[in-house]
Amino acid sequence: MKYEAVIGIECHVELKTASKMFCGCANRFGAEPNTLICPVCMGMPGSLPVPNAAAIEYMIRAGLAFKAAIPAYSKFDRKNYFYPDMPKNYQISQYDMPLTQGGVVRYWLEDGTIRECRLTRIHLEEDTGKSTHAGSGDGRIAGSSYSLVDFNRAGVPLMECVSEPDLRSAEEAVAFLEMLRRTLMAIGVSDVKMEEGSLRCDANVSIRPIGSETYGTKTEIKNMNSFRSVRRAIESEIARQSAMLDAGERIVQETLGWDEANGTTISMRSKELAHDYRYFPDPDLVPMEISEERVAAVRAKMSPLPIDRFERYAKEYGFNIKQTTQLIDAPEIADFFDRTVEVSKHPQQTQNFVLGDLSRLANESGIAIHQSPVSPEHLGELVTLVEAKTINSKIAKELLARMWAGEGSPKAIVEREGLAQTSDPAALARFVDEVLAANAASVEEYRAGKSNVFGFLVGAVMKNSRGKADPAAVNALLRERLGG
Amino acid sequence: MATIAKSAAEIARAVNARECSAREIIDATLSRIEAVEPQVGAYLSVLGRQARESADALDARIAAGERFPLAGVPLAVKDNLALEGTVTTCGSKMLERWVAPYTATAVRSMLAAGAIPVGKANMDEFAMGSSCENSALGVTRNPYDLQRVPGGSSGGSAASVAAYEATIALGSDTGGSIREPAAFCNLVGFKPTYGRISRYGLIAFASSLDQIGPLTRSVEDAALAYDAMAGFDPMDATSVDRTVEATAGTLREDLRGLRIGVVKQFDTHKLGAEIDDVYDRALHDLEALGAEIVEVELPTADYGLATYYLIAPAECSSNLARFDGVRYGLRVDGVDVAEMNERTRAAGFGPEVKRRILIGTYALSSGYYDAYYVRAQKARTLVARDFAKAFERCDLIAAPATSSPAFRFKSKSDPYSMYLMDYYTIPMSLAGLPALSVPCGWVTPEGGERPMPLGLQLTAPLFAERPLLAAAHAYERATKHAAKHGTQLPEAAR
Ligand SMILES: [Zn+2]
Repeated sequence: MKYEAVIGIECHVELKTASKMFCGCANRFGAEPNTLICPVCMGMPGSLPVPNAAAIEYMIRAGLAFKAAIPAYSKFDRKNYFYPDMPKNYQISQYDMPLTQGGVVRYWLEDGTIRECRLTRIHLEEDTGKSTHAGSGDGRIAGSSYSLVDFNRAGVPLMECVSEPDLRSAEEAVAFLEMLRRTLMAIGVSDVKMEEGSLRCDANVSIRPIGSETYGTKTEIKNMNSFRSVRRAIESEIARQSAMLDAGERIVQETLGWDEANGTTISMRSKELAHDYRYFPDPDLVPMEISEERVAAVRAKMSPLPIDRFERYAKEYGFNIKQTTQLIDAPEIADFFDRTVEVSKHPQQTQNFVLGDLSRLANESGIAIHQSPVSPEHLGELVTLVEAKTINSKIAKELLARMWAGEGSPKAIVEREGLAQTSDPAALARFVDEVLAANAASVEEYRAGKSNVFGFLVGAVMKNSRGKADPAAVNALLRERLGG
Repeated sequence: MATIAKSAAEIARAVNARECSAREIIDATLSRIEAVEPQVGAYLSVLGRQARESADALDARIAAGERFPLAGVPLAVKDNLALEGTVTTCGSKMLERWVAPYTATAVRSMLAAGAIPVGKANMDEFAMGSSCENSALGVTRNPYDLQRVPGGSSGGSAASVAAYEATIALGSDTGGSIREPAAFCNLVGFKPTYGRISRYGLIAFASSLDQIGPLTRSVEDAALAYDAMAGFDPMDATSVDRTVEATAGTLREDLRGLRIGVVKQFDTHKLGAEIDDVYDRALHDLEALGAEIVEVELPTADYGLATYYLIAPAECSSNLARFDGVRYGLRVDGVDVAEMNERTRAAGFGPEVKRRILIGTYALSSGYYDAYYVRAQKARTLVARDFAKAFERCDLIAAPATSSPAFRFKSKSDPYSMYLMDYYTIPMSLAGLPALSVPCGWVTPEGGERPMPLGLQLTAPLFAERPLLAAAHAYERATKHAAKHGTQLPEAAR
């Protein structure tokens, strides 16, 4: 039978605030274990949490980016359960009044098709510490003789983002995640690095016969540590479920772990039954009021959103999907590009420079484009000079190199050095006639039928003009003079 | 000769004026502790060396010209308040050897004001109890009758001040834990408005109710301590960012123009003729000072106890989850983490703490949450509303602090009769109101040989600490009940 997959994603994203969610400890990855801790994030008796205003602002940004509702009131709740890497044995989280509700992630597939996946909610919580199990050889808890806990991560602000089951394939799930990632990066709230654990995601997967409206039994896949493994895990799980249904078996609702090495999902056989987290409002924290003014202030400072850029670049400017994605995924360069276009008014020519010569110079020098001496204003001037045929592309290339070296405004250089393309017919005729007079032998050859001499003559004229002649005009005049 | 029988105000004045040194005060206090502590048992630890060093440092600063509102005042700190470098036990085996790595904001404020901690005071384990009998680490006796309890949970704090082993004690009050022991030990016990004093460093029992306050031998001393501690603390998100007016300089001598409400539902007849008499006289005294007595109603007062015993255990079940043997405190090993957690908690917590954790866990459980926790929160709102309505008709409310004087050890064997001790103090806690107990008379309990003190509880609207203390001072000055009988201990040097 033919099946359709129904996929929902739940992910945790660490916010890159300077300090932790409820204390002043630095929020930093990679420090020596247990060096970024204090009485608060260690859950020492008597310590109290104080919310990080920046984390709340980041949540508002995320809500705005995904067109979510940002309720006027929100609160923190305690999620109670025992776990050794959770210092208080409860996690400060949000239960029934999250900071954002609803929303939608609009993302694009490789062919440029735009799809949508609704969000259920995004809420704010604190991260736990990280356990390392030793003595078992494979780092798992089973068979280990002792465990070590690093609390540097404990209390780091964590955004939990839950999607509706709107995704229909592994490809869509990955495209959704990529969109989530590039959006959160663009609005500056997270590094979203799966390899450092600042993005962690689980997938809920079920299948149903195509055309069916009811959902099948779902399984939850964990332990996926790259987008590639998300794709493989979902594909493998869809195949496994399809084979089971085809064989008349029933899917069991369970939690599965992704085994990267063997390329299969395996049952985690967790013995814990349904948890009762005994959520209740955290009495150490007062409810949050999020005023419209506060939301407006955050909105006013929002960076451009990738989806808006996509629609502009791909639809309005007509860039191909690969170039569009390349530009969007380097937000600083996209910013540079946008500012240049404001000056140049020529998106395609600007893109050619940015992704072409300028990127090459950046690669060669190891300096990022937006940090180079080339300003968007000056690049915009350059594009304008080319588009107005004031200079030809060869001069433009030379000018760009000089701008990279710090020579400033191309317009000023052109004016100062008289580099403007010569379109004066008299001057052009002089350049041509001088070349024809000096190369009589070549002219003869051409007339005798050796047409490849033409290129040589063009080059000679260009050289004679010190590059300022308009190559197209030179071509036309030469042909006219040579009678061909 | 240092006179530790004096008030905090007098000690601070003398030390600032260099009539005597802080060191002399502290030495005298430590001698007193040495002399009476075997009988009283107020402290879980005495900070002798540290107190002497602090006193010397303070004397040097005073010699250099600095002045402190509580200069050299010997301070007892309830053992649920963190004081860096000292063992802070909460009266529990769980934290028997836990050394606090930081200092509570309120304690820090007292230190900045010149007070000198001399010891960490005994308490009911994790502040759960009304007699100090739930301490896992020691027995504290009432200085007015050593066969009787000092009250609780701030029992050690109360006993220390009553026995002149400290001049001011810090306590914490969740449902009456400052006011009840103050009443039992002939002291002023003051619980300010919830949020007035930072809870940072107070080991939580029930976060939405816990409040730090002083126990003292006079209203003026309580006001001085309050003035030192009140104020916004960025470390406590529930502390109130609101101007605090100093109270110590505005105490009154009369009560003219003040309307004092008497709660219809708090009928004192049922407390017995002798006690009823004391409270009747107290109302007459208030009237004689110029106050107008008006009757007010608190129709939901009777729900206070039930409401409290859902909310407080619910919060405590979560607050105390952190004591698991992983990071600090007691650890009893097991084959795995879960077993270690279980064994640690089984061995570390006493029966009352376990009882409340169980009640609270139940009240928060799925399927019971709405019926218990949510309804309790609604009842709490109603109690607060009742008070707000009552305060439309009066400026202060007068009520008993306790339903009896201090009782004998082991006489309240079932938990419920112990819970009833807080009947008059719990509603104010639920509403977050400032309330204090001030000595109001003596009764000789049945079978007892010595007269025991009773406390009058005065309650004010939110943030009205100033008129509350002012009125209590006037009443105290006019009646002088505290001075009428002494303790069973040798008199402190005068
Ligand atoms: Zn910290």
